Amino acid sequence: MKYQVVIGLEVHTQLTTNTKIFCGCSTRFGAEPNSQTCPVCLGFPGALPVLNKQVVENAILAGLATNCSITQRNVFARKNYFYPDLPKGYQISQFDLPICQHGHLDIEVDGETKRIGITRIHMEEDAGKLVHADIPGVDDSCVDLNRACTPLLEIVSEPDMRSPDEAIAYLKKLHQIVMYLGICDGNLEEGSFRCDANVSLMPVGSTVFGTRAELKNINSFKFIKQAIEYEIERQAEILDDGGKVIQETRLFDPNTGTTRSMRGKEEAHDYRYFPDPDLVPVLIPDQWIEDVRATLPELPEAKRARYVAELGLPEYDAEVLVSSRELAAYYEETVALFPQAKTVSNWVMGEVSRALNEDNNRSITDCAVTPALLADLLKLMEKGTISGKIAKTVFDEMYKTGKAPEKIVEEKGLVQVSDTGAIEAMVDEVLKNNPAQVEQYRGGKETVFGFFVGQVMRASKGKANPAVVNELLLKKLNG
Amino acid sequence: MEIFDLTIHELHEKLKAKEVSSVEATRAMLERIEAVDGQVNAYITVTPEQALVEAEAADKRIAAGDIAPLTGIPVGLKDIFITKGIRTTCGSRILENFVPPYDGTAVAKLKEQGAVIVGKLNQDEFAMGSSNESSYFGPVKNPWNLECTPGGSSGGSAAAIAARTATATLGTDTGGSIRQPASHCSCVGLKPTYGRVSRYGVIAYASSLDQVGPLTRDVTDAALLLGAVAGYDPKDSTSVNTPVPDYVAGLATGVKGLKIGLPKQYFIEGLDPDVKRAMDEAIALYKSLGAELREVSLPHTEYAVATYYLIATAEASSNLARYDGVRFGHRAEDVRGLKEMFAKTRAEGFGSEVKRRIMLGTYALSSGYYDAYYVKAQKVRTLIMQDFLNAFNEVDVLLTPIAPTPPFKIGEKLADPLQMYLSDIFTIPVNLAGTCGISIPAGFSAGGLPIGLQLIGKPFGEATVLSTAYAFERETQWHLKKAPL
Repeated sequence: MKYQVVIGLEVHTQLTTNTKIFCGCSTRFGAEPNSQTCPVCLGFPGALPVLNKQVVENAILAGLATNCSITQRNVFARKNYFYPDLPKGYQISQFDLPICQHGHLDIEVDGETKRIGITRIHMEEDAGKLVHADIPGVDDSCVDLNRACTPLLEIVSEPDMRSPDEAIAYLKKLHQIVMYLGICDGNLEEGSFRCDANVSLMPVGSTVFGTRAELKNINSFKFIKQAIEYEIERQAEILDDGGKVIQETRLFDPNTGTTRSMRGKEEAHDYRYFPDPDLVPVLIPDQWIEDVRATLPELPEAKRARYVAELGLPEYDAEVLVSSRELAAYYEETVALFPQAKTVSNWVMGEVSRALNEDNNRSITDCAVTPALLADLLKLMEKGTISGKIAKTVFDEMYKTGKAPEKIVEEKGLVQVSDTGAIEAMVDEVLKNNPAQVEQYRGGKETVFGFFVGQVMRASKGKANPAVVNELLLKKLNG
Repeated sequence: MEIFDLTIHELHEKLKAKEVSSVEATRAMLERIEAVDGQVNAYITVTPEQALVEAEAADKRIAAGDIAPLTGIPVGLKDIFITKGIRTTCGSRILENFVPPYDGTAVAKLKEQGAVIVGKLNQDEFAMGSSNESSYFGPVKNPWNLECTPGGSSGGSAAAIAARTATATLGTDTGGSIRQPASHCSCVGLKPTYGRVSRYGVIAYASSLDQVGPLTRDVTDAALLLGAVAGYDPKDSTSVNTPVPDYVAGLATGVKGLKIGLPKQYFIEGLDPDVKRAMDEAIALYKSLGAELREVSLPHTEYAVATYYLIATAEASSNLARYDGVRFGHRAEDVRGLKEMFAKTRAEGFGSEVKRRIMLGTYALSSGYYDAYYVKAQKVRTLIMQDFLNAFNEVDVLLTPIAPTPPFKIGEKLADPLQMYLSDIFTIPVNLAGTCGISIPAGFSAGGLPIGLQLIGKPFGEATVLSTAYAFERETQWHLKKAPL
């Protein structure tokens, strides 16, 4: 590799507020076109924007979670350009005074920690969308303005990433954080979390960045990686041939895995930013920041560290459990009721995750086996009422029916047999029916022991307490 | 005296005493419009059917003993006010057939009081102009002399008062657009403090300067109408949340001991002699009433017009971007592709003054010039604001002319836009400072044309401005003179 890639990312996250950023219209996705509009978001003459306070609070949360400083005097600016789905002929955004600045996130790639700078986070409104009519003989386009004026945070990184893997690690981390904060639903396909990547190459060892291309609106982690990888190849070929990379905006085509030019720099806009005179500056006193800080949830990094330090979980378990806020919450609720951290972890990472995966990747919040039910099941196992093996059977039944474990155990007669007399009879029966294996064991082939255990368990239909079985078998065989 | 000659408060008394009904008053007004508006061209749209329905509703309300100051009063609105179900053109071809789906706040407040809207008044296109000659719907004629302009941009609103085709009207004032036509038509025009009246539902020209205000026959009516539309509006974040005083109750305060400032930069050589004489007479009158007059300085006055034309046009270039033919209003036909549709729609829909200002503003905001023009203008604006605050440390009110000359002839200044821009030189600083000012009738020129007097108040000092104006009005008869129509 003769070249070093330099990557900076701009992420647009759509906020999960109930209403739009400058009016009271709903932000629900997928409604009838133009049904969620009013004079304000339609940009009708005379209509004026009024800022949604929750957007400011969400932005402060995002800033605090990414180690930014919060700008206390905020100004909204107009970004002027013509586009048919931009109702006012300008987008209300922030320009020279964004609400959050100078933050960072730490990512881990190949076991190494790296700090990625966050230049700024600003609040802005989204535009509408064009729907190209699928009517024979009609080549018109229709405008749907339901999305116009929905709130976005644009999170801009420093050009600190040096590989596609670092870019993906940063994005996933950011994605995880906004989901944890509950300010974005994180849905990449619906465009709630979308990314533009600025990619350039420079000779290894250089400190001067090359000319960059901007890759627009890519809607999956996989595609972002592909797009950057393709872009590295494309730019390297140009440089190898002695050419110059042109500064331009490029689109990624998921079908071919390649990027193509969308518009060049010569068409770049002069946005004529200026402070929006319809919106007064937003002043954020210290107290407001502190009030928002008080609502900041424990973030994945802190949670993971706590799981390791306080609960004694292995790093791997902690990492998996904190991967989503909901999974971690499920885990913590269960541990609160059944305080054996590692056992719960095994079950959540094992049976629970498996069942959800097999069930069309169902969300943990829709899991029929609630933390309370799971804890009950684990308690039954701990008491010795059922064996671990039976517990898995019971779990599957709980998952299907949502019934309490005690009820399932009772209905199906799955109570573990610990009665020594009953088990002794079964042990005797097994030893009597398998004289050859008894011979082998006593002749020194201890591996046959497992065979006897299996036979006894089978005879008990799995209900025999394995500890008692072991104990009796040892006594009879060795005694 | 005819019903259409009455002020709001006079008609209110008659409605309350059931001497006249709102339907009668409205009919009288509609007939008056029918009779004389052909000469004046103050109305773009007259709404007789709707007005009579509203008048009937007002009469029912009055019969039930529920009467507010504006209940049943026939009013006209500058066509810049968004009116639900009534065509709203802003004087432009691009909105020629635009029927809005909502009412703005000021209009809603008038409707709540039961005012009767008789129609929408002519204006300069998008409120850009000082003579009403830039309207797509033709120039308005000054009722005092049909060869003269009524001033602008609220020319229709002022002319309708002078022609007695509306009891009262609302206008907007961005650089003098209420006060200057009020002066030219001999009526009372008040520009309130920025933030005093909601701008929601007022088509924006320059958002940081625009303000809604009344045009009326006398000062009492101005106080009444301002009281009806003023106040905080959660739909306009630039509206200010301070209580609205009872402006009428404070009118008779008098001017004894009031300190009136005369900004020396406003009384310069070249002021029309008739205007100068009217100012001298006003000053003498206030002195005789016990006011204390002293000279003050507003040192940055000379930069006001240039500053205004940078800020106003910058904001206008952005505010007018939404008229692109996509969603409402005029759309050009026979176009190939989107860019051509945008360009042709705007080329056809806007008149030359609007295009001139959009281009000026686009230039002022463009990269490379932004700091030199827009940012610099904002800095000067701050200095001008400071000038006023300093002056108001010394005096309570400022007294100045409204316009350098009496009304000019239609067409006289069309060829020279810069000359036209200078006609707002005495009103523009008030908008840049965001404070309030009133224009009241103060005499007539030798040629019989109206001359107005401006009183400028502190921010939210409307009550003082009104009582100062009222003291003058009580001692003079200028506001009672009727235009020869």
